[in-house]
Amino acid sequence: MAADYYQALGLELTRGFWLSLKIIGPSAVGGFLIGLVTGAVRGAGHPRFLARLLDGYVALFRGTALLVQIFIVYYGLPNLAQALNLPPFWKALLSLSPYQASVLVFALCSGAYHSEYIRGAVLSIGRGQFQAARALGFTRFQTFAHIVLPQALRRAWPGCGNEIIYLIKYSSLAFVVSARELTGAAQSVSNTYFRFTETFLVAGLYYLALVTLATWLFQRLEKAWARP
Amino acid sequence: MTEPVLEVSHISKSCGGRLILDDVSLSLNKGELKVLIGPSGGGKSTLLQCIHFLQTPDAGEIILEGRPASDMGRRHINVFRRQIGMIFQDFNLFDHLTAEHNVAIALRKVKKQSRAQALNRAREELARVGLADKGDLYPAQLSGGQKQRVSIARALAMDPKVMLLDEPTSALDPELIGEVLKVIADLSQSGMTMLMATHQIGFARHLTSEIIFMEAGRITESGPPAELLSTCGLSRAAGFCAKLNQLMGRG
Ligand SMILES: Nc1ncnc2c1ncn2[C@@H]1O[C@H](COP(=O)(O)OP(=O)(O)OP(=O)(O)O)[C@@H](O)[C@H]1O
Ligand SMILES: [Mg+2]
Repeated sequence: MAADYYQALGLELTRGFWLSLKIIGPSAVGGFLIGLVTGAVRGAGHPRFLARLLDGYVALFRGTALLVQIFIVYYGLPNLAQALNLPPFWKALLSLSPYQASVLVFALCSGAYHSEYIRGAVLSIGRGQFQAARALGFTRFQTFAHIVLPQALRRAWPGCGNEIIYLIKYSSLAFVVSARELTGAAQSVSNTYFRFTETFLVAGLYYLALVTLATWLFQRLEKAWARP
Repeated sequence: MTEPVLEVSHISKSCGGRLILDDVSLSLNKGELKVLIGPSGGGKSTLLQCIHFLQTPDAGEIILEGRPASDMGRRHINVFRRQIGMIFQDFNLFDHLTAEHNVAIALRKVKKQSRAQALNRAREELARVGLADKGDLYPAQLSGGQKQRVSIARALAMDPKVMLLDEPTSALDPELIGEVLKVIADLSQSGMTMLMATHQIGFARHLTSEIIFMEAGRITESGPPAELLSTCGLSRAAGFCAKLNQLMGRG
């Protein structure tokens, strides 16, 4: 019985851990890219209409609970498609797998936080450098791409790294839509064998290892990009 | 008579219902250095920024080598701008780039030169302002005077037809002013056309062909320095200059 347990623990949790990585990876990258683009547009305030629209996106995702967002995307969207009697193509498109729904929601939610960090950093770059670049004949876009963003990214990076660390941990919420990632796997193993403490302790160690690795990596990057 | 390099014709600008520039006209011939002086808030910075379209004038025309800027259209304003160098009071170097790359980046991105070509030119220009050995340093590692010289090199690398300088030394410690003024004097001697707002009247009077006194958005006096300053005490400009000279302990 004990041997079975340890085997299940090792196997299931490792499998769960891989699924966690497969959720976290695209969510982190996607979230950062969403945050970068939306934060840049909002910081520049241009095009104005788009910037206001993206303010709305950020307010929505920062203003509602993540759990609610997952439920709405996973259960709500297919129901909505059904209720509106959309064509089959749309019904299929809006019925996401647990994995797809988790990645989508995590990327959008994480993106909203990244967006705030990037927007703040963009605003913190002095107007003088912007003027100097325009005076040299840079277009607005070139000024943004070559002068403002590289500096804004350096300033935003500690916050963004922090957001990715959070993401690693809130990725455990994927289990509520039955994705068998690390937390989901730990749940099922401990239910089967009635050994909650050790199981979740091991799951915790997996998260700790991942967070430690990520923290180390982000600090390396921060140092590599640092300017006097 | 030759055609002026830069002609500013009847520029007006108001901001929030207040007239900041009121029908300002001036012109610069090739190789000329003209100096803008006047009390704070008189509109010197605004005038320089309007010439560069960093602010849009409400009325009037800027003419560069016979071509009115309005002919170029809003879309080509960047082409117009890169022919005029601008030096700011607080340098405005790009903080994430070394001195060399501060100079090179516009060559690469705006003039589309190769990296090697741009860096070569950047080193030449840095040498010209006496910073040949500082190319690898970041702005945070440079003194104020060095920063301002990098910003001059950055503007020069674009081969501007005119340079506009907005109080290039007023953010500097007194002991650093000299090195920047020397670069500006050398530039003037080498034939660069320049319009400079400054309070360094003692320096300017020996180099400039004309002092332009601005107050409340208007040019109230202008003329060769000897003429303008000799009538000491009579005109507002002379009074202002005398006070400035006194402040700086120079005659
Ligand atoms: N964006 C703006 N909005 C409103 N008023 C402005 C703006 N920019 C400048 N002004 C006003 O225009 C006037 C001229 O300012 P400007 O900076 O051109 O003066 P200046 O001669 O350069 O002064 P200083 O010697 O202090 O640099 C000032 O009264 C200033 O308050
Ligand atoms: Mg000024």
